[in-house]
Amino acid sequence: MEEIILSKEELSRYSRHIIIPEVGLEGQKKLKAAKVLVVGTGGLGSPLLLYLTAAGIGTIGIVDFDVVDESNLQRQVLFTVEDIGVPKVMAAKKRLQALNPHVKFEVYNEMLDSTNALQIFKNYDVVADGTDNFPTRYLVNDACYLTGIPNVYASIFRFDGQVSVFNYRDNSGELGPNYRDLYPEPPPPGLVPSCAEGGVIGVLPGIIGSLQANEVIKIITGMGDTLSGRLFAFDALGFTTRIFKVFKDKTNPLSGENPTQKTLIDYQQFCGITAEKDKQANEIKEITVEAFMRMKNEHETFQLIDVREQFEYDLVNMEGELIPLGTLLNNVNKIAQDKMVVVHCKSGARSARAIQSLQALGFKNLYNLKGGILAYIKEFEPELPLY
Amino acid sequence: MAQIIIPTPLRKYTEEQAVFTTDQPTVELAINELVNKFPALKTQVIDNSGKLRSFIKVFIGEEDIRGLGGEQATIGDKDVVSLIPAIAGGVSVSLN
Repeated sequence: MEEIILSKEELSRYSRHIIIPEVGLEGQKKLKAAKVLVVGTGGLGSPLLLYLTAAGIGTIGIVDFDVVDESNLQRQVLFTVEDIGVPKVMAAKKRLQALNPHVKFEVYNEMLDSTNALQIFKNYDVVADGTDNFPTRYLVNDACYLTGIPNVYASIFRFDGQVSVFNYRDNSGELGPNYRDLYPEPPPPGLVPSCAEGGVIGVLPGIIGSLQANEVIKIITGMGDTLSGRLFAFDALGFTTRIFKVFKDKTNPLSGENPTQKTLIDYQQFCGITAEKDKQANEIKEITVEAFMRMKNEHETFQLIDVREQFEYDLVNMEGELIPLGTLLNNVNKIAQDKMVVVHCKSGARSARAIQSLQALGFKNLYNLKGGILAYIKEFEPELPLY
Repeated sequence: MAQIIIPTPLRKYTEEQAVFTTDQPTVELAINELVNKFPALKTQVIDNSGKLRSFIKVFIGEEDIRGLGGEQATIGDKDVVSLIPAIAGGVSVSLN
């Protein structure tokens, strides 16, 4: 291995690391020799990249296909107003290179998928997963297992955060559990709260992504005990932290006793996303906003249900009956069975899910307002706020 | 009474209740009691065959119930049962 030398400037820059006995000069050299791949430059990727760059990781790879959007700036502290519309990996590299000119950046302005993941991963020592969807979670997990790289995992939702270290081989050579040991299967689409009812408090990825960066640094330097075999869970609302044990699952298709999966798979299909879209499209009756208005003007009898959240209703509404999607099944008795019922949300996705749940209970009189309240505002009430 | 901690993503189905207390002796009975009280939660945590969904982990203290007899794991008076769902968020907050 090529000898790592820290320049006078680097020794000065990293002096607060070097004087810690657990890190020392050797630890700082390990950081410089390391190659870390950060998948996703969003809420988690922002603190991860900032701290890993500041810490002096020698080579940092960045994968993302997205461009910076104004709504990112609430939590993605890597970016500024000037970056809006710019590919994230480009904006990130510019900012990070200005922070630390001693780091080498390799950017991948593309979507990570089964065709490129192994090729990219094999060039790195550690992967940090800061993605935002289940297909990519399983892809990153499987690609890490197949290339033998530790996966520093973190995930957030609203006020909840999780951190763990997967596929980590300890000093005795024993390989720790991976994501499939913890969660063998993804939730069926539409079942757990998605981005539609989701969101995240802006500070949370700062907290969780920083913990993730710390685990990356621990793995590289070899100091302390990593979160391998443990899941850290943080609830920012109650300010509670809990640590759970994660153990290997004998039935894990990758790493269990009888492995059946030797390569990457189709992760969209694995997460049921394609099938769900088809199924949803086939089963739901729709009504356009024009037809809805005609019906209203002609005083036809119907019930209008709004399945959005209270804050959205307060922002703008069509005077429908508010039953947020999450409370729907507790309020089934409020929904008419003897007349037409029009269900709407912001643009049609949540109301489609509401209709599916109700149709499963036997409702046959439900119509989804096509395009939701946004279509209604655009067509008939342009002075009302779009959000 | 044992406590079941409801994670924030599932609290909308429990009328924002964060902790559910129960006298039931096993995980299965305790969760049945919980979902009977909040029917909207049932489809979230129980599958069509009546089993706990695999993307919701159940821990007693820090131990995964898989190592304690699964859903038949016994819970004591002072136990804290945590439901930990898989979450994947991080970026998107758009409202459909």
